[in-house]
Amino acid sequence: MIEKTAAELSQALSSGEISSVELTQSYLDRINKYNEELNAFITVCEESALAQAKAADEKRANGDASPLLGIPLAHKDIFCTNGVTTTCGSRMLHNFVAPYDATVVENFSAAGAVMLGKTNMDEFAMGSSNETSFFGPVKNPWDTTRVPGGSSGGSAAAVAADLCAMATGTDTGGSIRQPAAFCGITGFKPSYGRVSRWGMIAFASSLDQAGPLSKSAEDAALMTNVMAGLDKKDSTSIDKAVEDYTATLNDSLDGLRIGIPKQHFAEGLTAEVEQGIRDALSEYEKLGATVTEVDLPNNHLSVSAYYVVAPAEASANLSRYDGVRYGYRCENPVDLEDMYKRTRSEGFGDEVKRRILVGTYALSAGYYDAYYRKAQKIRRLIKNDFVEAFREVDVIIGPTSPHTAFELGAKTDPVTMYLEDIYTIAVNLAGLPGISIPAGIANGLPLGMHIVGKDFGEAKILNVAHQFQQHTDWHKQKPNFGQED
Amino acid sequence: MEWESVIGLEVHVSLSTKSKLFSGTASEFGAEPNTQANIFDLALPGTLPAFNEEALKMAVRFGVAIGAEIGTRSVFDRKNYFYPDLPKGYQVTQLDFPTVGKGSLTITLEDGSEKVIGVTRAHIEENAGKSLHEEFSGQSGIDLNRAGEPLLEIVSEPEITNAEEAVAYLKKLHSIVRYLDISDAIMAQGSMRCDVNVSIRPKGETELGTRTEIKNINSFRFVEKAIHSEILRQQEVIEDGGEIIQETRRYDANKDVTTSMRSKEVANDYRYFPEPDLLPVVIDESFIASIKSELPELPDTKKARFMDEFALSSYDAGVLTATREMAEYFEEVAKSCGDAKLAANWVTGDLLALLNKNDIDITDSPIQAQRLSTLIGRIKDNTISGKIAKTVFESMIDDSADVDEIIENKGLKQVTDTGEIEKLVDEVISNNPDQVQQLKDGKEQVLGFLVGQAMKLSQGKANPGQVNQLLREKTKQ
Repeated sequence: MIEKTAAELSQALSSGEISSVELTQSYLDRINKYNEELNAFITVCEESALAQAKAADEKRANGDASPLLGIPLAHKDIFCTNGVTTTCGSRMLHNFVAPYDATVVENFSAAGAVMLGKTNMDEFAMGSSNETSFFGPVKNPWDTTRVPGGSSGGSAAAVAADLCAMATGTDTGGSIRQPAAFCGITGFKPSYGRVSRWGMIAFASSLDQAGPLSKSAEDAALMTNVMAGLDKKDSTSIDKAVEDYTATLNDSLDGLRIGIPKQHFAEGLTAEVEQGIRDALSEYEKLGATVTEVDLPNNHLSVSAYYVVAPAEASANLSRYDGVRYGYRCENPVDLEDMYKRTRSEGFGDEVKRRILVGTYALSAGYYDAYYRKAQKIRRLIKNDFVEAFREVDVIIGPTSPHTAFELGAKTDPVTMYLEDIYTIAVNLAGLPGISIPAGIANGLPLGMHIVGKDFGEAKILNVAHQFQQHTDWHKQKPNFGQED
Repeated sequence: MEWESVIGLEVHVSLSTKSKLFSGTASEFGAEPNTQANIFDLALPGTLPAFNEEALKMAVRFGVAIGAEIGTRSVFDRKNYFYPDLPKGYQVTQLDFPTVGKGSLTITLEDGSEKVIGVTRAHIEENAGKSLHEEFSGQSGIDLNRAGEPLLEIVSEPEITNAEEAVAYLKKLHSIVRYLDISDAIMAQGSMRCDVNVSIRPKGETELGTRTEIKNINSFRFVEKAIHSEILRQQEVIEDGGEIIQETRRYDANKDVTTSMRSKEVANDYRYFPEPDLLPVVIDESFIASIKSELPELPDTKKARFMDEFALSSYDAGVLTATREMAEYFEEVAKSCGDAKLAANWVTGDLLALLNKNDIDITDSPIQAQRLSTLIGRIKDNTISGKIAKTVFESMIDDSADVDEIIENKGLKQVTDTGEIEKLVDEVISNNPDQVQQLKDGKEQVLGFLVGQAMKLSQGKANPGQVNQLLREKTKQ
């Protein structure tokens, strides 16, 4: 049962085949058994999860038939949860208990989903391998010597290893899609502004977006139905009606115009990933789609622009961690400056400090125009590239990552790590929706296909992803990890 | 050498919105520390700002009132610095695209002349909290009640040339924001604060000298004194062959000097950049037009109207329109008693003296407008003389009884009975034969003396007009 999608579990729950309490207990048992090895969860909420499951079963008995009622999920530890520690993967917040729920958390509670716990992540979502977490790296269930991707690595690994039915994540430059690709699951980043950021700890405010990590595109649609919507508490959330994203999942792809960016099929892409994506494209052609090449001429600038804009915003967003009001504070500070310096030196890990330094530098007097302002200009160029491309095509498809999951500790050079997100970053800079779905296995590891839509074209890319999953079973492939049960 | 000074003011006023700029928390003055700070004000992780439109309306109201350009697209920026009472580690303000652009206001100087002072801009920003150093030995306390309160920072052009003008400018600003009902602007409570930029240069020189900034002055008087002392200091430094350092200074009122501040602000790179958590604020012409249409009558317009409608002097009209409350008080008295000239004399004279002496606000005046109007009415209908009215006025301060009752009880009613007045006049004539003769010889000035004698005899109660008339009749050849 635990391997099923949320949509399937929902049926099992409504048919009475299983109760939410039983289901929740099964996941908790698996977490107890396997989390030590995977390190996917930072916090497990056994007691409250069972209580929520019980409440869900009662609601169902009283006629509530909400699709996610009683479905056990995990939240990335970047979402504030009332009364439950929210660490953001950092020593700085290792003891932080928020007195409020993030809007995303609140929405899932209202939908009756059961929170199993909080998942591991790169510290402050800064990383592409989940190795920057203060709580240690997460292992990829497909090969525990490999990384699960990041920053939502805990959520991706937990879904892939069936430690939960579904999970939330956040994506600033690829942090949902790349771990989804590495772990062989579905990971969806909606358009910027579609999901409220209230209660989601900020990394780079103009890029951060929450989204689902799930076992199918259909589940992603069900989750997005719950997550999306205007929130007055987030001024950047969009006042645009939320569609029922499940309604158009079965639309025909006959006549769909797929664009493939030539820049995404160039140097750096491994042959096995390229082959996987080309095979997937043939599958789409069988479904009536046409494939044409599109040009994203400024794509090569996206990583550079991103590593100015994101650290710049982060350098200010992380200023609040000063040891004054909450979180980590150094021992016995002698004065204010000492407290600031040691609290932040000891409380943040190297990657976070590196980005704060880069961002501070980029915003400094005399450098602002050369870095920050220029990066914002490039951002507009990148957005224009997509606008132009979407005149000719309905969706843009390419690889999510140039390669499959790499080994733990393999990438020690920050710039090499930054290039991990070379296909995903531009989508954040442009604010567009993007989804990664499993599209093959290479050398025993899953590879991800990246589908990008127009502004608020969530429904279309979920439809395109779902149709692929209706005709292939890559998304049903499971790692061997934890299969002895 | 003769010097001239160049002064620019940066004035912060707290906007009296019902809640803070971005958090929805109430912001009353004087609440227990940290009782008016919610999760956003504490900068808890994951919290986000939501802009309070009331602050926007107030800023635009100010802009419209000073004839300023209104930014139809204003952008918030983050100003980054670390300080314990700045919870987010940055202050949200407006750098390149403020809500209010160039405008101006007219100040009136003591000699009655007017001068237009340019306002460069006025932008919306959030206040910081407060650090409390005294109460905690070896530690500091932080009170975040004030953190996130909306401020309007109004920046003047460096067109002010001396302390008197600076104070006149401040008073005018104070008056305008209070007329507009957008701020209490109470300097003592910090809801109006002033930073002064001062530089000096040889008279006639066009290039500006190096300026210093005196921070956070909290009274009109201290602004005046701080400017005086800073100008003197700069002159001494330069005349001694030194150089002015661009720096932030503090005014020490006890010693009447400015001293250099080793400040968090000094040599800080604020690394401004657009606040990504907020969208640009876009307003259209109809929004501005609707605010314009709701604008109250402002001090300059009111002054002109008072001069025109009540035939007041520029000076009196200026005094009476200095605050909206004063103007309202005066207008009520004037309209109700029907004699604007007398009303103006009483309000600017006895009433203001009383209020100033006891440091009372006109809204708390022990003599309400209606009572003063009644008093003036009794002068006009000859119940009492102007002089007796002053005695009645004195009594009215502590005695809340009806004006007529006071006059009656104290026996201050004017004597108008012709028989009684004739007796008085006869007595004066017989007591002062020399003066009577002089009057008869045509020495008109003596009449005043004789009237005075009669008034004295009546203890001020005789109707002076009648006394005057009778004296003339009885001393005719």
